[in-house]
Amino acid sequence: MTKPLPVPVIDMRGIWSRYREVIIHKDLDFRVRTGEVVALVGGSGSGKTTLLREILGLLPPYRGNVRLFGHDLQTPDALLQRDIRRRLGMLFQQGALFSALPVFDNIAFPLRELGFLDEAWIAELVRLKMTMVELEPEHARLMPSELSGGMIKRVALARALALEPELLLLDEPTAGLDPARSQGFVRLIRALQQRLNLTVVLVTHDMETLCGLGCEIAVLAEQRILTRGSLDTVRAFPHPAIEQFFNLPSTAKG
Amino acid sequence: MASGRIYPETEIRRRGTRRMSAMTPPSCPTLRHAPGGGVALSGEWTLAGILRTPAVHLALLAAAARASRWDLSAVTRMDSALAVLLWRLWAGRFPEEMEISPAARAALERIAVLPAAEPISGAGEESALIGGLRRMGTFTLGIVHNALGLIDLLGRLALAVGFLCRHPKGIPWKEFSANIYRAGVEALPVSALVGFLIGVTISYLSALQLKTFGADIFIVNILGIGIIRELGPVLVAVLVAGRSGSAMTAQIGVMRVTEEIDALAVMGVSVTLRVVLPKVAALLLVMPLLVVWSCMAALLGGALAAWKELDLSVIYFFSALPDAVPIANLWIGLCKGALFGVLISLIACHFGLHVRPNTESLSRRTTASVVSAITLVIIADAILAVFTRNFGV
Repeated sequence: MTKPLPVPVIDMRGIWSRYREVIIHKDLDFRVRTGEVVALVGGSGSGKTTLLREILGLLPPYRGNVRLFGHDLQTPDALLQRDIRRRLGMLFQQGALFSALPVFDNIAFPLRELGFLDEAWIAELVRLKMTMVELEPEHARLMPSELSGGMIKRVALARALALEPELLLLDEPTAGLDPARSQGFVRLIRALQQRLNLTVVLVTHDMETLCGLGCEIAVLAEQRILTRGSLDTVRAFPHPAIEQFFNLPSTAKG
Repeated sequence: MASGRIYPETEIRRRGTRRMSAMTPPSCPTLRHAPGGGVALSGEWTLAGILRTPAVHLALLAAAARASRWDLSAVTRMDSALAVLLWRLWAGRFPEEMEISPAARAALERIAVLPAAEPISGAGEESALIGGLRRMGTFTLGIVHNALGLIDLLGRLALAVGFLCRHPKGIPWKEFSANIYRAGVEALPVSALVGFLIGVTISYLSALQLKTFGADIFIVNILGIGIIRELGPVLVAVLVAGRSGSAMTAQIGVMRVTEEIDALAVMGVSVTLRVVLPKVAALLLVMPLLVVWSCMAALLGGALAAWKELDLSVIYFFSALPDAVPIANLWIGLCKGALFGVLISLIACHFGLHVRPNTESLSRRTTASVVSAITLVIIADAILAVFTRNFGV
C-alpha cells in the first residue's frame, strides 16, 4: 500500500471570476491537500461563495482551471463528472433538502442513486448516518418543513456524508444556529472529519467555528487569497481587511 | 464499471508529461479463499471499490454462507456501507474465528453498537372497501374544506373592501394595475386568436347544417347568441384559468414557501388586501373586457366563414346582428365574465395560500387550482343557463 501522493484534492490555478463587469477573483490560486481543513473567510462580496461554487463546478470560472482529485470538473464526460461529484459532499447554507421527501428519503437519495444497494442495506446505512449526526430514529419520517434549523443542518450533513465522500464543502455551517447548537455542530463536524479523514473546505463568518475546527484560514480580499495559515498567523498579517474582520467579529452574512 | 475511470493509472497532462493521477489508485478490495474454508479479505473495502469490482462483491456474497474462518487483518480501510454489508452477512455478530485489522474493527463496531432497528410500522394493508371509503371521505372532506376556505377568503375580501372604503389611501393601485396588465393586456393576442378560430369552426359546422334546410340567415342568430352568451365567457374563463389562475397560485404558493407571506403579515401589511384583492379586482374588471374582445374576434371569424361558405356578406352579418341577438345576451355574457373572473381568482388565491412549504404541495395545489377553477366555471355556467333561460332568447 503506497502512501497517497501529495496531489491536491482541490487545485485551482489562475482563477478569474467576474459578475457582469465586476471582477471578483483575479488570478487566484487555491490548493487543498488531503486531510486539510481550510476555512475561507472574507468580507461580504469578497467572493467566498463564488469560489465554493467554482470548486463544486456549479459555476465555471471566467478564466482558469479547477481540478478536483486531479480531474477537471468541466469535462464533457458526464460519467466522469458524476464520479467526481460522488467523491464530494456539500452542505448548503439552507440545507437544500428535498422538501417533498421525508428525512429518511433525503439521506437515502444519494445511496439510491447508485442503483446498487438494496433497501435493507440503505435503511441500515441511513440509520447509521442519522446516529452519526445525532438524530433520533423517530425523526426519519419528518418532512423538512417540520424540522428546526439545527436539525435541517444535521440532516443535510447526513445527506452530504451518505456516500462517505473524501471532500466535504460547507457553506456557513453554523449560520442560523444558536451558540450552543453551533458549538455542538462544529464539534460534530470536527469529530466526523477526524473519524472519516475528510478534507474540508468551509465558508464561515463565525469565529467560534474557526477556533472550534482548528483549521487553516484563507483570507479572501482584493480579488485574491490574501494570506493563509493558522488563526494566529493570519491575525498577525498586517492588512486593513484582516483587522476589520478580526476586530469586529462580524455577525452579518456575506 | 464506469466509476473505474476516475482512478486511471496514469493520465496525460497537457504539457505532455506523464505523472500519477491525483489520487493513488486505491488498492482494490480482494478476496482470497484460504485452505480449510477460510476467507481472507484485503485492501480497501469501500462502496466505491465494490462498485468498481462487482465480481468481488459476488464472491463475498457467495463466500459468506460457508466461510468458517475470516481473516480481515489486511483490510486497510472499510467504509460504513461495507461494514453494514459484512455485518448483515454475519447475521449481526462477529464470527468466532476471526482476525481483524483495527480499521475494519472500528468500522464494524460502529455498526455493532447501533440500536436495533425498530420495525417500520407501516399502516397495515386495509381492505379495498375500507380504502375506497377512506379515499371517498378524504375527497369529500377536501371539498368541504376548500368550500369553507373560499367562503372565509370571500369574507376577508369583504372586510378588506370595507376597510378601503373608509381608508381609500390604502388602495393598492400599483398591484391592481400590474395585475390588469398581466391578466388582461398580455392575454389579448391569445384570446383573440382562440376566439377567431372557434368562430370560424362553429360557423363552418353550422353553415353545413343550415344549408341543407335553406335557413342560411339563421347563422347570425346561432353565432350571435351562442358566442356572446355562452362560448365567449366560458372560452375566456378557461384561457384565463390556465394563464392567470395557475400563475396566481404559483406566485402566492412560492411566497408561502419562502415565508414572504409571513414577512408581509409581520410588517402589518394585510395579505388579503395587498395580494389577494388586487388579483380578484383585476380579474373582475378584465374578464368582461376580455369576453367582449374575444367575442368580437369570434364573430369576425364566424362572419368571414359565413361569407365564404354561405356567401353572406360580412356587412350584412353585422347589420343583422342587433336584430337577431337581443341586448340582454350581451349583459348576460358580461356578467358571466365578471363572475367567472372572481371565481378563478378566488380559487387561485385560496389554493395558493394553502400551499404547504414543499415543492410537491406547490405543484399539486397549482394543478388543483386550475382544475377546480375550470370545473367550477362550467358548473356555474350550467346553473346560470337554467336561471337565465327566459331572458334574451
